Amino acid sequence: MAMERTRVRHEELGLDGPDLIRLYRGMLLTRRTDERSWTLNRQGKAAFVVSCQGQEAAQIGAATHLRPGYDYIYPYYRDLGITLVVGMTPRDQFLSILGKAEDPSGGGRQMPGHFSKRDLNIVTSSAPIGVQYPQAAGTALAFKMRDEDGVVLTGGGEASTSGGDWHEAMNMAGIHDLPVIFLIQNNAYAISVPAEKQVAGSIAKRAEGYGFPGVEVDGNDVLAVYEAAKEAFERARRGEGPTLIEAKTYRMRAHSSDDDDRRYRESAEIEEWRLKDPIPRFENYLEEHGIMDAAQRESIDEEIKAEVREASDYAEAADYADPESISRGVYAGGN
Amino acid sequence: MATQNLLQAIHDGLAEEMRSDETVMVLGEDVGKAGGVFRVTDGLQAEFGETRVMDTPLAESLIVGAAIGLSVNGMKPVAEIQFADFIPPAFDQIVSEAARFYYRSNGAWEVPMTIRAPYGVVPGGALYHSQSVEAYFCNTPGLRVLAPSFPADAKGMLKSAIRDPNPVLFLEHKMTYRLIKQDVQEDDFDVPIDKAKVHREGTDITVVAYGLILHHALEAAEKMEGEHGISVEVVEPMSLYPLDKETVLASAKKTGKVLVASEANISGSVSGEIAAVVADGAFEWLDAPVRRLGAPDSPAAPYAKPLMERFVVGKEDVEAAMLDLARY
Repeated sequence: MAMERTRVRHEELGLDGPDLIRLYRGMLLTRRTDERSWTLNRQGKAAFVVSCQGQEAAQIGAATHLRPGYDYIYPYYRDLGITLVVGMTPRDQFLSILGKAEDPSGGGRQMPGHFSKRDLNIVTSSAPIGVQYPQAAGTALAFKMRDEDGVVLTGGGEASTSGGDWHEAMNMAGIHDLPVIFLIQNNAYAISVPAEKQVAGSIAKRAEGYGFPGVEVDGNDVLAVYEAAKEAFERARRGEGPTLIEAKTYRMRAHSSDDDDRRYRESAEIEEWRLKDPIPRFENYLEEHGIMDAAQRESIDEEIKAEVREASDYAEAADYADPESISRGVYAGGN
Repeated sequence: MATQNLLQAIHDGLAEEMRSDETVMVLGEDVGKAGGVFRVTDGLQAEFGETRVMDTPLAESLIVGAAIGLSVNGMKPVAEIQFADFIPPAFDQIVSEAARFYYRSNGAWEVPMTIRAPYGVVPGGALYHSQSVEAYFCNTPGLRVLAPSFPADAKGMLKSAIRDPNPVLFLEHKMTYRLIKQDVQEDDFDVPIDKAKVHREGTDITVVAYGLILHHALEAAEKMEGEHGISVEVVEPMSLYPLDKETVLASAKKTGKVLVASEANISGSVSGEIAAVVADGAFEWLDAPVRRLGAPDSPAAPYAKPLMERFVVGKEDVEAAMLDLARY
C-alpha cells in the first residue's frame, strides 16, 4: 500500500517533472554554495561561515510557495536555501561571506547569514535568537489591515522556540488569524545542546494551544515539506490564519566555522544522518520515477558548480566598502 | 489657539496624524476602549476602529517587534509602552533591532516607528511606575530619543517623530501631563526633531534641563533674576539623542557656567553626556566646573512620601544649585 502511494506522491501534489527538477536544482545549488563557503573559510578568505547543510529539503520545500517581492520573509541565519529560491544568488552569498561592498545584505556590515534584500522582501536579520517572530507577526498584520493576501514566512531552529518572542508572536498570530507561517527547522542541536534538553514536549503541538494548526513533517523529505507548506500558504492566503510547521531534520555540519562539534556529538550519529541526507534521498526518488537519470544529474551538478565557481571568483575580486563609510547611513533621511 | 495640557496636546497630535495619514496607527496595552491608563489615546479607537487602535497582549517585546514589522510593510505605527518602567522586555527590539535596521541593511530597510512612553516620578508611583529610562537608550546610534517638556513642542515633535523615517522613543513626563498648560496651535505644524530650544535668554549661568525639572528651572530662573539679580539662560535639549551640541555649546560659551539638571540617577546619565560635551567643547570659556543635578544613585523613587521626596530633585534643590554655581 505504502509503495503504491509513494509512487504517485508528486502527482498528487500537482507537481510535474520540470517542477521536481526545479526543487532539486534549488537544493543542490544551496548545498554547493554552502560547500564553497566552507572552502573560502578554510582558505582563510572568509572569516565566518554558518551552514545549512542537511536542511535543504525543509527550506526549498517551503520557500517554493513564496511569491518573491510580494510575500515577506524573516529568515534565520541558516536559511540560505530560502533566500536562493526567491532570487538571491550564490554571488550574493559570497559577497556576504567575504564582506564586500556589493553584499546586498549589508555591504559588509553584517555577519554572513544575516540576510536582507529589500526588493525581495527579505527583511534584515540579526543574531539574537527569535527576535524576528514579533516582527513577522507585525508584517502579517499590515497585510491583513490592507485586506491583501500576502503571506509572511518566518522561522528558526528548535531553540528559537524557547524564548518569549516566539510565544508572544504565536499568541498574537493566533488572536488575529495573521497570515504568517512559522517554519521551525528542528535540526537536533542548538550549538551543542541537543533538542531533548531544549524542547519540552512537541513544538508542533504547541500551535494547538495558540488556536491554529501545527504539523510535524519529515524535514529531509522535500515533498513532505512542500505538501505541508502548500496547505499553510493556501490557508494564510484564504485569510484563515497562521500555521506552524515543525520540520524534523539534522544539522550536518558544526554550528559554524568556529565550532568543533566533536566535543558534543558522536561521529556515528552524524554518519547515521548522512544516510538520510535529503539530496541523495530526492535523487533516488527522481531516478526511481524516471524524472532524472545519472547523466542528467551530472550535467545539472556541473552547471551549478560552474555557476558557484564564477560567483565565488567574482566576489573575491570585488571591493570592500570605503572604511570612511562606517558612519554613513546610521539614520535614514541623511545624517 | 486653545489652552491645552501636555496630555491633550499629545492626544491631538496623534489624532491629527491619524486623520491625515491612514498608515498611522496605535498599538499597546489598554489603548483602545480605556484610551490608555493616562487617557492619551482617549476616543481614538471609537474614531479609527479596533485595528488601527489596537489593544495588544501584555508583552512589550511583541508590541515593539510587531511595530517594526508593521513599519517595514507600509505602516507608521505608534506603539505605547504603558510605563517606561516596563520597557526592558522590549530593549532588544528597540536597541538591537529597530535602531539598526537601516544601518545593518546598508540603507535598505527604514523603520518609521514611534514608541511613546510615560516616564518620571509621580506620588505613589514607586520603584516601577517612576523610572527615568532615557540613559539606557541614549547610547544607541540609529535611535532618536525625544523628551519635549511643553505641550506645543510635544504636539509638534510627535508629528515630526511619526513622519520621521527612523525609530523614535518619545518620552512623556507623566507628572507634567496635567500640570503644564499652554496655548497650542490647532492647525498642522511640526517642530524640528533634532534641535534644542533656548526657553529663556540669560548671561550669568546656563541651565540645561528637561521634564519636570525644566519647569522647576524656569520658575527658579525668574526668582534668581528678581531676588538675586542673576541672569539665567535655560536650554531644553528636546532631543536627548542625538544631542544638539551646537545649541548647548553656544549657551555654555555665552555664560561660562553650566548646570545640567534632570530627574534621572546622576551616574551614567544624559546629564553626564551633556556635561562632557560642554567640558570638551567649551573648556576655554568656562568659569566654573560643569555641575550636574539629579537623583541619588539609588534605584528609583520609593513609595513612601518622605522617601520619595528625598529622591526627587525639588524646586529648592534647583534654586540652591543655581545660586551655588552663580557664586562660584
